[in-house]
Amino acid sequence: MKIDSGDFLAIMGENGAGKTTLAKQLNGLLKPTLGRVTVDGDDTTKKSVAQLSRKVGIVFQNPDHLLFSETVREEVGFALKNFGFEPGVIVKQVERTLEAFDLAHYVDISPFLLSGGERKRVALAAVLAWEPDYLILDEPTIGQDYQQKERLRNFILQLNSQGKAVVMVTHDVEFVAECNPKVVLMSNGKVLAQGQADEILSDDGLIEKASLVKPQMAKLFSQLDGFGFPRDVVDVHRAKMLLEEKLLEVKVRVAQSS
Amino acid sequence: MSLRVLNGFKFSSLKTPVHRLDPRAKFLLVIGIIVPSLLFTNIYLLSALLLVQVPLLMVGRVTRRWVQSLRAGVFLSALIFVVNFFTGPLVNAVALTLRFLLLMTTFSFFFMTTSPDDLGLAIDKVGFIRWLSRRWLGYPNALSFTFTTAVRLVPTMAVDAQTVVDAQRSRGLELDKGNLLKRVRNYIPILIPLLLIAIRRSLELAEALEARGFPGKEGRTSLFELQFKPVDYLLLGISLAGIVLSFWVFFHYHVPTI
Repeated sequence: MKIDSGDFLAIMGENGAGKTTLAKQLNGLLKPTLGRVTVDGDDTTKKSVAQLSRKVGIVFQNPDHLLFSETVREEVGFALKNFGFEPGVIVKQVERTLEAFDLAHYVDISPFLLSGGERKRVALAAVLAWEPDYLILDEPTIGQDYQQKERLRNFILQLNSQGKAVVMVTHDVEFVAECNPKVVLMSNGKVLAQGQADEILSDDGLIEKASLVKPQMAKLFSQLDGFGFPRDVVDVHRAKMLLEEKLLEVKVRVAQSS
Repeated sequence: MSLRVLNGFKFSSLKTPVHRLDPRAKFLLVIGIIVPSLLFTNIYLLSALLLVQVPLLMVGRVTRRWVQSLRAGVFLSALIFVVNFFTGPLVNAVALTLRFLLLMTTFSFFFMTTSPDDLGLAIDKVGFIRWLSRRWLGYPNALSFTFTTAVRLVPTMAVDAQTVVDAQRSRGLELDKGNLLKRVRNYIPILIPLLLIAIRRSLELAEALEARGFPGKEGRTSLFELQFKPVDYLLLGISLAGIVLSFWVFFHYHVPTI
């Protein structure tokens, strides 16, 4: 498996498939007992977690596992201090990140007073503040409403366009279908399949093996198979385009026959 | 991580003869071992009490975990040895280290082979605890439930602690860096989230319990009833005899360390 800069990757699979274990290998929290994990050519067994984390930022699923500071400002600056950034740079980076996450008005508030979604955003900001080259998100969409998911999606795409690699570990089939990233499907600690989301998520056999559920669009289009639609449609936009084409075609045909 | 030590106190759900002993008899055995080990510092006696438990651990099939917990306890036993070595004779240091290992073994034996459910049932049977619980908390089984819950939450908390440690290390926190004061301060980002998670969990637990009608009425029945088997009476007899004998010897003779 290889992750390049600018990649957008989703690791999917059933509970206990080894998704989080794989994610933890990427910044050296877990070291491989067999095989090798390298980050920019450096073997993870030879580098400390702190050194690797500078490049590979992991955002954990539950923000309650990392929030501890008195203010949001300190929370976001914590990692920067650990990595030895200059005080001036820290102030600037913290401000910028909070601005990007729409958290600027909370700088002096305790992170514990914020709502669940806001805490999740603070946790994300606390990692993005040091601008890691590779960003790992563990279940980023859990407990987020649609609007926040949409915002997260835009944010990931923006990071991608800046050449950063984003890897997310998730169960959220619909979210993956909307983003259409590369998908790594895992089961029982092994990689089952790799490929673009629309190929993987519309494949009945693979979906079954990884105990996932097909995205709604894929379900719809597998039932519309007889009308000459492709089967690998997973996102609403492409579905809309295909259906509109078909409708136009039908309209034209109806007009011609009358 | 140092959390490995907790493995030696976690219940292993096996069905061996040792697991099937009545928890009350087993607890008395623990007391029967602890009393002489606290009354005397005789090296032969302490070694014998330690060795007696090895076959029990083997029958209970928890020897490997016991060794693991001992390995994790090496640092503390070394500390006990060094401190006592500089403040008293060598034999004394050896005896006290042995006593520490013995106590650790005994408790880990008990907790590894007694399910929290059995333990709760056993405590619930003790009239004094029911009386105390009624006086303090208003319900006869609230106190025993509190104890069982505390024991049961240890492994859950251990998992939480590991996640918090992972999350903070991913933010560049290096626990074993700096001088002693700095090292103690390094644990603040670990302890605060852990404490808050524990508080939040207990509030949720309380609500879940109330929703299920806890604490109930005076005459609560239980699905499983504890019953003494012949082997339990035997164990009970041996333990009681051991305790009485220990006190008798303690008040009538002086037992040398070696």
